[in-house]
Amino acid sequence: MYPWLPFEWIAATRFLREGRMQSLLIIVGVGVGVSVIVFMSALLSGLQSNLVRRTLSSQAHVVILPPEEVARPQRDSTLGPILQKQAQRLRSIDQWQKLRGRLAEMPEIAAVSPIASGPAFAVRGNANKSVTLIGIEPDNYNRIIALDEKMVAGRLRLNAGETVIGIELAKDLGASVGDKLRINSSNGTTDTLTITGLFDLGNKGVNARNVYVGLRSAQTLLDLVGGVSSIDLGLRDMYAADAIALRIARETGLQADSWIKTNAQFFTALTSQKISSNVIRFFIGLSVAFGIASVLVVSVVQRSKEIGILRAMGATRGQMLRTFLIQGGIVGLLGSVLGSSLAWVFLALWRALALNPDGTPMFMITVEPELFAISAAGATLVGIFSALIPARRAASLDPVVAIRG
Amino acid sequence: MAEAKFDGPVLELEDIHKSYATGSEVETEVLHGINLRLQRGEFAALIGPSGSGKSTLLNLIGLLDRPSSGRLLIDGQETGSLDDGALTRLRGRSIGFVFQHHHLIPAFTALENVMMPLLVERGRPDDEMRQRAAKLLDQVGLTAQANHQANQMSGGQQQRVAIARALTMQPSLVLADEPTGNLDTKSADSVFALMREVNVSQQTTFLIVTHDPRLAARCDRIIELVDGTIVSDHVAEVRKQEMPQQHPD
Ligand SMILES: Nc1ncnc2c1ncn2[C@@H]1O[C@H](COP(=O)(O)OP(=O)(O)OP(=O)(O)O)[C@@H](O)[C@H]1O
Ligand SMILES: [Mg+2]
Repeated sequence: MYPWLPFEWIAATRFLREGRMQSLLIIVGVGVGVSVIVFMSALLSGLQSNLVRRTLSSQAHVVILPPEEVARPQRDSTLGPILQKQAQRLRSIDQWQKLRGRLAEMPEIAAVSPIASGPAFAVRGNANKSVTLIGIEPDNYNRIIALDEKMVAGRLRLNAGETVIGIELAKDLGASVGDKLRINSSNGTTDTLTITGLFDLGNKGVNARNVYVGLRSAQTLLDLVGGVSSIDLGLRDMYAADAIALRIARETGLQADSWIKTNAQFFTALTSQKISSNVIRFFIGLSVAFGIASVLVVSVVQRSKEIGILRAMGATRGQMLRTFLIQGGIVGLLGSVLGSSLAWVFLALWRALALNPDGTPMFMITVEPELFAISAAGATLVGIFSALIPARRAASLDPVVAIRG
Repeated sequence: MAEAKFDGPVLELEDIHKSYATGSEVETEVLHGINLRLQRGEFAALIGPSGSGKSTLLNLIGLLDRPSSGRLLIDGQETGSLDDGALTRLRGRSIGFVFQHHHLIPAFTALENVMMPLLVERGRPDDEMRQRAAKLLDQVGLTAQANHQANQMSGGQQQRVAIARALTMQPSLVLADEPTGNLDTKSADSVFALMREVNVSQQTTFLIVTHDPRLAARCDRIIELVDGTIVSDHVAEVRKQEMPQQHPD
């Protein structure tokens, strides 16, 4: 008996220890439940962050574009035909420098990267590939796409006359770092560039299509001098993209697309996955709660004589209530410790066994320590909560009946 | 012992009735107007046939149950107006229980069982209660068994622990419901002798339900209950002279 432990804790731990087999079984039961929840959560969040990372490896959180023509009020009927003609041409964002300044001041926005991009052809020898020419300011662009980290050969250097291309395109054209590449834009402008680096953005299409040049080079090639075709934004909270895009669109009259909208299908899949995993979690939690409750109900019945004696000796209803609530909490906590350890083992096994054919892991699972903390807190709460009924039963026990029976 | 205690009657019952609701409407009265007084230091036996209401009466006196009507005073304190919490406190402090089936808490050692009434009152264990429990165990001759669990002791030993536990709070009144009912004659004698010893040395009042006429005869006073009424209340001659103020109803 530790001197600092209150009576309720002493009694709770003694009762649990005395009910050895019962306590052990229910703790293992809770542990199995918790391990499934933890393992599933880690797997899902790993899968999710992996998918999100892949999706975002070549996408900005928000892309600002010139307003869509159809969205513009058609009241001025004389403008209609002109705009339709213009749709063939690349359009620039009005006063983008000013807009950029305003965007940079918004606290939610972490990075602003103006882009001049348009269709072009990459020509080398006989090979001729349709590509997307993207003019960037490398420092700002890196804050959004981290292109510099995706370089697999050479370096990301985009001075005048320099370009970096994807590994697929390099393969298609048989080009490598240091080689020359000719770019023909759709309006007839031509430039010859030196390849300074090759990148791998983790997406075959992107690796075959994207051709990065300095912003100025792109502006010249695409006949967009001084203008930009879009502005990429990096946000501090990527899941706030929808709201921020909406706000920007409303305030500027420009089109602002969030990555969430752009990848709506992906997000629907993600959301339904989340819902189904929450349903599974809920039912596991529920069955854990019923398990704890039923074991404690039995324990209260078995101990009714002892409870009666304790009450006769002056133990209060509150003390009896707390004694059983604590038992529930302890079972939950110990179960979650066991469950977390089990989940850790499962995850280690999974890491060792779930491999791509080439031996690399299918995807990274990083388990945040919070997951264990949350599951421990959750299981403890579930334990206390499920102990409510048995504990109240213990508290309301009539000592006369208990002692006689 | 050392504490200044109320020196009027330890227990006063005035016209106590107890009915149980049996079935839907019908109430069965089990106790029909009990009047009883116990003075400090009395050693009384409560006898009577099975079903006469002895346990019912003891539960009322022990504040485990409430009478249907009548006044019940412990140490001069009226109990009818007390709420559940106050009854629990008064019970813990003033009344010790010894039951037929020992009723030690098996998850605890003998020493811890004896500490238990103080532990539930104070909330946390301390050295003082440990020492007091050790002294009480010594008094009942079980120092060697201090760290034994209930299932490691004989019935007589368990009942001795239960008596030590009943004395932990230095109660005014110890209620024993057939304390020797489960014991062989030898153990019964020694448990009875122990209670008598405590009664003499500490002036603790005892009310003992027993079916054993031999043991009842060794009490100072024999109260006989038949069908919920006290039919006789006999004070032994020796004690009568000692306590001239005793006027049984
Ligand atoms: N909770 C209850 N509900 C209904 N009737 C009860 C209840 N408790 C006791 N009784 C009745 O009250 C009467 C007295 O019971 P009690 O247990 O006090 O007798 P007793 O004198 O202790 O008997 P014994 O010597 O067998 O222990 C009995 O008829 C019993 O059936
Ligand atoms: Mg009885």
